[in-house]
Amino acid sequence: MKVSLVTVGLVAACAVASAQDKLVLDGSTTVGPIAKAFAEYYMRQNPGVNITVSESGSGNGAKGLLNGTCDIGNLSRHLKDAEAKAMEEKGIKPVAHVVAFDALPVIVHPSNRVKGLTLEQVRDIYTGKVTNWKDVGGSDLPIVVISRDTNSGTYESFRELVLGKDDKIIGSAEYTGSNGGVRQRVQMTRGAIGYAGLGFVDRSVKALEINGVAPCAQSVTAKTYAISRELFMFTNGEPAAGSLTAKFIGLSRTEKGREIIEEIGFVPVAEKK
Amino acid sequence: MILTSGEQRRRKVLGAAGRFLLLAVTSVAAAAVIAIIFFIARDALPFFGIRSAGEFFFAKAWYPGHQPPQFGAAAIFVGSFLVTAAAVVLAVPPGVFAALCMSDILPFGVRQFLKPVIEMLAAVPSVAYGFFALVVLAPVLQESGGRVLAVAWWVLAAPALALLSVVAGDLLVSDRVSETVHRVGRVVFTVLFLGLSTALLVYVGGRLGRLEIASGVNALTASVILGVMALPTIVSVSEDALQAAGRELREGSYALGATRAETLLKVVIPAAISGIFSAVLLGIMRALGETMVVWMASGNAAQVPKPWYNLLQPVRTLTATIAGDMGEADQLSGSAHYHVLFAMGLSLLVFSFACNLAGEWIVTRQRKRLRGG
Repeated sequence: MKVSLVTVGLVAACAVASAQDKLVLDGSTTVGPIAKAFAEYYMRQNPGVNITVSESGSGNGAKGLLNGTCDIGNLSRHLKDAEAKAMEEKGIKPVAHVVAFDALPVIVHPSNRVKGLTLEQVRDIYTGKVTNWKDVGGSDLPIVVISRDTNSGTYESFRELVLGKDDKIIGSAEYTGSNGGVRQRVQMTRGAIGYAGLGFVDRSVKALEINGVAPCAQSVTAKTYAISRELFMFTNGEPAAGSLTAKFIGLSRTEKGREIIEEIGFVPVAEKK
Repeated sequence: MILTSGEQRRRKVLGAAGRFLLLAVTSVAAAAVIAIIFFIARDALPFFGIRSAGEFFFAKAWYPGHQPPQFGAAAIFVGSFLVTAAAVVLAVPPGVFAALCMSDILPFGVRQFLKPVIEMLAAVPSVAYGFFALVVLAPVLQESGGRVLAVAWWVLAAPALALLSVVAGDLLVSDRVSETVHRVGRVVFTVLFLGLSTALLVYVGGRLGRLEIASGVNALTASVILGVMALPTIVSVSEDALQAAGRELREGSYALGATRAETLLKVVIPAAISGIFSAVLLGIMRALGETMVVWMASGNAAQVPKPWYNLLQPVRTLTATIAGDMGEADQLSGSAHYHVLFAMGLSLLVFSFACNLAGEWIVTRQRKRLRGG
């Protein structure tokens, strides 16, 4: 469990108390960076507001909402049936707010002849069922499987979206400590396959089409790109218009908020006019 | 001088206080070691209660984040062993050669210049080495892998083998035969060894030249860098040991008519062998404990290479696993994943400890033998 507490607004304690000047968020380590960047921005704009963001995993986001220990639960997935049921029993009405999209392009060396793979083929490569590019329409070249380290949210997303619950990444897969590191390894290795956040993919590597769809902001928001997902902030009931919670979540639809999300490497949702 | 009993008591108390203070200062270091062992063991041992030691040491499946998790660290132990062993094999011969060269062959002025330069290698931060491995070494190995290895083999092995041939040719021929036979024998043996060496060079070079390297981030890359990092320790400590062997010993040997090769191999090296051994041990520790370089350059694949000695495949080491996994291990509830990392730390500690003890034992034995002989 990762518990990194960001409490920036130290002055909040002695600030003039308004109706709601405190906001507690907990949950996904993927959504966490967005929440933290939002909190930092929001507190700079509104001194006197205190926003605390913890990153302890999506499960704990749901738990926090259920137990009332947080105002907003960050989840990188939908609520599980058991979670939804427990909330219903406690009289909590979870409302999902999509704040951004997370997409993981699968990248290969620019010289690779393969243009696209099916999700199935990507899974077979990562589980070691396919070990040569010639088996998926490329040249006769052993595949070098590269993954993010198991510590990262990117790895978790990939595992959930591509591998599912039971499949394991092949033992010979290399693990790299950063998104930039994965790109670096892929752009230098002819047989390599890797994945990284959308913001890290540039012209030095080739992003594959998955099930015939190239990863880009349009295909991600249209939900046609397979290895992508929605990032949620859950609240108990629809937050009242003008409340701190509503304004905070509303940031994701403002120009500045979308900019922040893009900077972190996610795809923002449509702007609210 | 006669002291009053009061004065005597005062001195006694002061003396005792002084001794106690010195003991306390000395104990701090020892206490720190004991505390480290205690705290690591405290978090390591629960693992063997949650999961079995058999799985940890002998199973190869390392999937700590999976449901259900698997904690087989055998492949990781093999990875640590491979990388360390290869680094030592790569660093010890050139390191000891360099030390010999500096202490007995090169002019003093050159040594005064070379030694600090080699010791500078120790000042380079390990992340810089790792970056070099990732950005320079790995791509070169991938692009022209076999040829690079072949060239490296020739550059390193050719002079070493040539030197060995000459020395062996010199030493193998007995002094007790006539001058002519001795001279002819020496030439014949030297030529024979040179021929054998050339055959070995060409054969191994050819085999290496045909190798294809799929990924430049592998055990070999990490070993090469670790070897370079261990080099300054090995050179510096062995050179000190060789220097400490003393001028008298060398002069005595020359006075008895020994050649330089004989003096070095039969007098100086045996006299300094315990110091050289400590140097090698320190080098092993350096390579085994290094984290950043292996995390960046070894590939971190938790697998036993096929075949097991294949250095061209990525491996994962104990240190890199501890560093890489600590963030996701559930520290609050003390999960098996958290404790398994401490179990790895404890294994490293126990191994280092054993190494140190063995080293100490060999050094003492050697000293006794030298004094007795």
